[in-house]
Amino acid sequence: MSDYLHDFFDIPSDLQHSWIGLVGLHLREALLPVAAGLLLALPIAQLCVRFRWLYPPVLSVTTVLYAIPSLAFFVVLIDYTGQTELTVMIPLAVYSLVVLVPAIVDGVRSVSEETLAAATAMGFGPLRRYFQVQLPIAVPAIIAGLRVATVSSISLVSVGMLIGNQGALGNLLHDAQIYNRPELTWNSVITTALLAILVDALLVLVRVLLTPWMPNGTARRKPAPALEDAAR
Amino acid sequence: MESVTKRYPDGTVAVDRLSLEIPDRSITVLVGPSGCGKTTTLRMINRMVEPSEGTILLDGEDIQRQPVTTLRRSMGYVIQNAGLFQHRTIVDNIATVPRMLGWGKQKARARAAELMERVGLDAALAKRYPYQLSGGQQQRVGVARALAADPPVLLMDEPFSAVDPVVRKGLQDELLRIQDELGKTIVFVTHDIDEAIKLGTMVAVMRTGGHLAQYAPPAELLSSPADTFVEDFLGGDRGIRRLSFFPSGRLELTTGPVIPLDATAEQIAAPTPLPPGDRRGRQTARLERAARPDGRGHQAGPAPVPRATVRPGTDSLRVALDCAVLSPTGWAVAVDTDGRVTGVVSQQTIGEAIRSAHAAGRDDERDDEKVAG
Ligand SMILES: Nc1ncnc2c1ncn2[C@@H]1O[C@H](COP(=O)(O)OP(=O)(O)O)[C@@H](O)[C@H]1O
Ligand SMILES: [Mg+2]
Repeated sequence: MSDYLHDFFDIPSDLQHSWIGLVGLHLREALLPVAAGLLLALPIAQLCVRFRWLYPPVLSVTTVLYAIPSLAFFVVLIDYTGQTELTVMIPLAVYSLVVLVPAIVDGVRSVSEETLAAATAMGFGPLRRYFQVQLPIAVPAIIAGLRVATVSSISLVSVGMLIGNQGALGNLLHDAQIYNRPELTWNSVITTALLAILVDALLVLVRVLLTPWMPNGTARRKPAPALEDAAR
Repeated sequence: MESVTKRYPDGTVAVDRLSLEIPDRSITVLVGPSGCGKTTTLRMINRMVEPSEGTILLDGEDIQRQPVTTLRRSMGYVIQNAGLFQHRTIVDNIATVPRMLGWGKQKARARAAELMERVGLDAALAKRYPYQLSGGQQQRVGVARALAADPPVLLMDEPFSAVDPVVRKGLQDELLRIQDELGKTIVFVTHDIDEAIKLGTMVAVMRTGGHLAQYAPPAELLSSPADTFVEDFLGGDRGIRRLSFFPSGRLELTTGPVIPLDATAEQIAAPTPLPPGDRRGRQTARLERAARPDGRGHQAGPAPVPRATVRPGTDSLRVALDCAVLSPTGWAVAVDTDGRVTGVVSQQTIGEAIRSAHAAGRDDERDDEKVAG
């Protein structure tokens, strides 16, 4: 048994990383693109909210980009960015847009007409209104989008093995074949799945911490019923 | 407002050459059917909608002159469903405008706490979020938030129409009380004519297409509607409702037997008239007040036949008539402010009072005509 465990975590030297090293690399290659995607998606989504006609074409473009196979992206990018992590991360960032843009647009649009009117009437300018009202209220929708984007990004990183071992945990799949060591396949699959579950749980935690004002998030902690008007 | 017109880009004329003089420190109500341009009119006052033609003057100065955010922060705005910030606590919601005006956190929160008390909210609610409050409570928070920076003007767009009638009545009474204390200039939009008549010092009835149908104090609206549209809009019972504006102070009281509601058979068989000021009479009145159908008293214990009392001077002829009609004997029981019985009054006497009040009203109108002619 301990032999098997030893083999399980014995990473071939051609990968130049320990198991922990691969996990760190995997996380970096998966999460940086989502972060970049979020930074890109925020202004795009805001434009779509302001100019309604922009939203359908933007949605079509992100969907078409999502439909391009990563391999095709790599072929094009390799001329510019070479066999590097960047070549893996750029397509992942682009893919994340297909989830993040609609998530932010829906979130921002979910702010009720009354709340917006109230904010305007109180003298909020458009910028202040966006950052202090619309964006905070969109947080649950944005995090829901982030959960889908990160999980899919974590699983997609593995295809990076196709361009000179840039697939982090995915490279184990390749090595499993050439060294005929099936336990490395298991390692890759299980570790990737665990990472996805862990990151997802972290995002849920962030959501709960950021939104104490959500009915579901606090109902557990504050069971006290609202005082009724009649009680006065 | 001077001859203000609003034409939306799609060609809809929401408000058509509207001229209104809104008096300071009183409640002016805009009332009319849905879609007649009330919201548009209100929003032109804080420039959430810019008029296509005409000017709006505030204290003699064109509202276009000052920066739009300054103007808005000097006007409280309350809307249907309150429009609270769901992601902020109640106290932070109320402190919004003071914070934007640069108040310190402590000062703004202290002010918010003060306002919560003013609008009748329990201080324990301060740290809650809007979803934890009932509709009526949220609406109170909306009013408190609008009052936070002590603006001279308050704009209210159907603020109470989404809550149930009992809560609405409470909110209306509260608004009148706050207005007594603070003396704001309030422009209040509603589609409910009863609410308009109850709250308004002046009432502007609007008709579809953004036309002003009549602009008058509520009593005048009820006594002399300008046209059939206003008359229809006022609905039935116009005569009875108008009695609300006639005081009952001049009713002549007579002494008569008043029997406690919980009287035993012997007491009724040997009715000892309770002289005015009698302690037992006071209990009687208390009991009767407990059963007042308008809900001003609390239901205390098992209340027998609902019967009401009238407080001459405080209540209107409408209340007096109501009491007389509800009374099994047709006599209304009058009490003083402490609830002591001061006498009784018959339906006939009330009828005479109504006739003389009408006559006085007509004389006033004739005098007006003379002056005008
Ligand atoms: N932004 C807008 N664009 C075009 N038409 C509008 C707009 N807002 C309101 N209207 C129209 O103007 C008229 C008056 O609307 P509104 O002022 O909201 O009425 P009310 O508040 O009395 O119900 C309605 O016919 C409505 O359809
Ligand atoms: Mg309206």
